Order: sequence, then C-alpha cells, then structure tokens
Amino acid sequence: MIPSEKEMRLALEKRQGRKLTQRYSDAAVAICGLGGLGSNIAVTLARAGVGRLILIDYDQVDITNLHRQQYKVSQVGIYKTEALYHNLMEAVPYTKLDIHNVRITEDNAAELLKDADIICEAFDDPEAKAMLTNVVLESFPDKYLVAASGMAGTGSANSIRTRKVLKHMYLCGDEVSEVNEQTVLLPSRVMLCAAHQANAVLRILANEFET
Amino acid sequence: MVKINGKDINTAGKSLLECLISINFDPKRVAVECNGDIVPKAQYDTFILKDGDCLEIVSFVGGG
Repeated sequence: MIPSEKEMRLALEKRQGRKLTQRYSDAAVAICGLGGLGSNIAVTLARAGVGRLILIDYDQVDITNLHRQQYKVSQVGIYKTEALYHNLMEAVPYTKLDIHNVRITEDNAAELLKDADIICEAFDDPEAKAMLTNVVLESFPDKYLVAASGMAGTGSANSIRTRKVLKHMYLCGDEVSEVNEQTVLLPSRVMLCAAHQANAVLRILANEFET
Repeated sequence: MVKINGKDINTAGKSLLECLISINFDPKRVAVECNGDIVPKAQYDTFILKDGDCLEIVSFVGGG
C-alpha cells in the first residue's frame, strides 16, 4: 500500500512547512535535458513537492550514463523521458509529469516551455546551452532561467557555486571545467551542480533571490 | 569605454559581434545583456556598442 496523496503532503509539510510546500506544489518547472544534471534536478524537485515538472529529452539511456544519472541497468536502451517517468512515479507518485520526447530547438523551445514558471537548462553541448538561454530570455522576459556550466574534473566541491549572471538568469558550476574526451567526469560534481540548480529553483519559488 | 563583465574596454563604435570576437568569446556559446536587457542573437552584427554601455556576457563550457 503506498501512502495517500494527503499523507505524503503532510509528511512534506513536516519537513518544509506548509507555506513553502504550497508554493512548491503550485509551481511548474521545466527541465531541458534529462542527463546528469536534468535527471538529478528532476528527482530533487519532485521530492521537494514541486507540483508539475515538464521533462524534455530525445535521448535513450546508455550504459555510460549510469554512473551519474537517475536510471537503472534495466533501463538501458529506453527513452530517458519514459525511464525517468517510471522512476519518479515510484518515488513520488503524485507529481504531475509532462514528458516530451523531442530535441529542443530554436523553433520549438518557446512552445514547449510556455507553461513553466522556471526553466532549468540541463544540456551537455555548450552551443545548445547558449541557444536555449537566448530563446528563454528573448521569449519570456519575466521567467527565470537556471543554467549550468563547468563541472568536469576532480576539483573541490566548493568550486561549484550559484551566481546571478543576468537579470533573470542564475548559473551553477565552476564556469571553467569543460567536459570533453580528455577530462574526468565524477558523479559527485555533476550531482553537486544539479543540486545547486534545484536549490536555486526552490529559492526562487520561495522568493529568495541572489544579489 | 564599454563596461564588460565589470571591466572597462575600449570597444565603443564596434558591433557586438566584432566586440565578442575581439575579446575571444565564441558568439555561438554566449548570451549577452546590454544595460540590463537581453540582446537578441539575430542582432549581434548590427548592434553597435555606445560609450557608457554596460555588457554582461555569459559564456558556456560543455558538460551536463
């Protein structure tokens, strides 16, 4: 027997308080890319009780993803949207999930993201990151974007940070450590960066802003 | 002078695109605000920087 929606809501209120839990429950957050950043952001926001998640990715789970992404061995080869949907429904069954199995482009981004209060950029490719940032900031001047840059290597956890970089944009990461064939990628630093992004979202929803 | 990410740089009169290239930013990996407003990507080559403008440039590295 899984707990009822009401029981889970009361359990969340014990940890987060009623006011914050209500704000999270009323929110819709889009997560663009469901890899090392996006899958971890999604799990964290769903656990915090964010009411609606808009999850977007076109890719399938690969064996190399398992070391840092919220997927299981049994899910290798299936679409990330589908795999994450099942994993979230097991962990946090009353979250409303909109899944879009599509590659986000300049042409479809605004339509996919129009219902989100806050948008998380969780891509891998730097040109895709910049494309999404520009589309979001040009199309939705009032929405917040929480993006990421720089998480490769074995550096200190403390080098990963959250910085307000533009009027409605926060950037998480160390901003320099590029992931490529020559660099090491550790699950801990990717998850730290994802946790920074999720924390930035929860703070914005709580009306707490970086200066 | 144009203030770019907090530093004064002598680039007034140039287009944003010329400015980005001259200070080693890849125009495909950035987003730019001028005086608090986003500069649309399609306008980078026609957006002329003026003395006293304040630019914030965000640049991405890969990974995620």
